[in-house]
Amino acid sequence: MIVAASNSETIPIEKETDIVTARQVGRNMSRQLGFGTIMQSRIATSISELARNIYLYAGTGTITIETVENDEKTGLKITALDEGPGIADLRKALEDGFTTSGALGAGLPGVRRMMDDFQMESTLGKGTRVVVIKWRE
Amino acid sequence: MTRGLEAEYVQILRDYLDSQEEDELYGAQKLGKFLLRRDISPEEMVDLHGRALEKLGDVPEFVRASFRILTEVMIEYGNAQRSLNSWRSKHAQLQSEVAVASAMQQALLPQNMPTYPSVEIGAISIAAHEISGDYYDFMYVDEHQFSLTIGDITGKGIPAAMCMSMLKYAVDSLGEIRLGPDQMLRHLNRVVERNIDASMFVTMLFGCYDTQSHVFRYAVAGHEPGFLYRAQEGRFYDLAGSGVALGIDGNSQYKEQEVHLQIGDLLILLTDGVTECKLGRSYMTREELISNLQHEVHLPSQNMVDQIYRRLLMLTQFEQRDDYTMIVLKRI
Ligand SMILES: Nc1ncnc2c1ncn2[C@@H]1O[C@H](COP(=O)(O)OP(=O)(O)OP(=O)(O)O)[C@@H](O)[C@H]1O
Ligand SMILES: [Mg+2]
Repeated sequence: MIVAASNSETIPIEKETDIVTARQVGRNMSRQLGFGTIMQSRIATSISELARNIYLYAGTGTITIETVENDEKTGLKITALDEGPGIADLRKALEDGFTTSGALGAGLPGVRRMMDDFQMESTLGKGTRVVVIKWRE
Repeated sequence: MTRGLEAEYVQILRDYLDSQEEDELYGAQKLGKFLLRRDISPEEMVDLHGRALEKLGDVPEFVRASFRILTEVMIEYGNAQRSLNSWRSKHAQLQSEVAVASAMQQALLPQNMPTYPSVEIGAISIAAHEISGDYYDFMYVDEHQFSLTIGDITGKGIPAAMCMSMLKYAVDSLGEIRLGPDQMLRHLNRVVERNIDASMFVTMLFGCYDTQSHVFRYAVAGHEPGFLYRAQEGRFYDLAGSGVALGIDGNSQYKEQEVHLQIGDLLILLTDGVTECKLGRSYMTREELISNLQHEVHLPSQNMVDQIYRRLLMLTQFEQRDDYTMIVLKRI
């Protein structure tokens, strides 16, 4: 359970360069939190995937990055929010090999595996929300 | 990643830079296997290498920076590696499902041959993969008669197996009503046409053998014609008969055919896995098949089908591309 959140930053995603901004903010914040270089890159990559999905499938949306704490540890929480078309079949979207890129393990399943917590909600015609957290060891 | 591992890697690297010997490269290969077993990702490996360089001397800034690019790229490879386990377990699950389906399918094939004093029957059916699209069965009609079905379902795997279980059920229940071969196929065609995917169809020969008159009455639905072997002449004839495969047109009609067997004559029924054997680049011709059959006609029926299978498998260099089924019925 998250007991506190702080340092929240929200990046609007409207054009492709916004994806770069979101990556950058995520990388900086994860560095400040003390994540190692690999983890910084994995966090930036995950943000990138979520932001790209917003850009490609919803057109616009936001990425919010914040520091969170529970009883024992500190982590970075990323929320991707959009009011796009939504996803009809979430199970399918999270299935390996379902990505349009065809790359093995890429896309949402890849994000799920790189992060610790992964939540996703989507309503057709209303939009999609993905929340992921990476806890610092 | 453990300190020990990092120290070991630095050591391997240092030794190699000093000696540039194959030895160290071999060591690196072994390390690679070890790292994979421990699920160390490509990006971690890149990172390890970067850190090891720092231990060995002054690393120019551009080299250090270049590692960041490499790391980003490697994360995608890491994603592929991380997904491997989920693919593995999916694969294992599918395999076990297929194994169960395969066992169930085996149970659909006849467990023993009909036994009548004046005929000798041999049958063989071997799937190209775990699951077969070929089907055959015998049914007891009365003391003197039995019926037989041989069919080939287009496609392989699970869809074929599902279709087969439906066919078996339909043949069994229609068999109770004692339909003539042409009517049997007409009814089966309706069942198949209504219940299977439009892209699938079934070729079939259904017949009834009278062990007193030695007349075989049968009808064919798009199936590979079999052979009639006349012992007196030592010659093979194509079994007559055609007809549209099951499942294509709900209104197809079928024609009953009849042959009369003399002592020593053989009926050879098969699926296209037999006739479409590939010898090198070309298919075996019907003449070549006949000459292979000819070699084994003197054998008891079961030995004959087993022997022909072995012979053809050898000719195709043990590459069986399609499901293979052959039934031999000999009047003795
Ligand atoms: N925010 C979103 N809104 C609507 N649909 C989405 C959204 N995010 C993902 N999807 C749908 O889920 C599918 C899977 O997304 P995922 O990111 O895993 O793969 P991809 O975008 O198709 O390919 P890749 O990310 O590997 O280039 C997408 O193809 C898209 O149909
Ligand atoms: Mg995507």
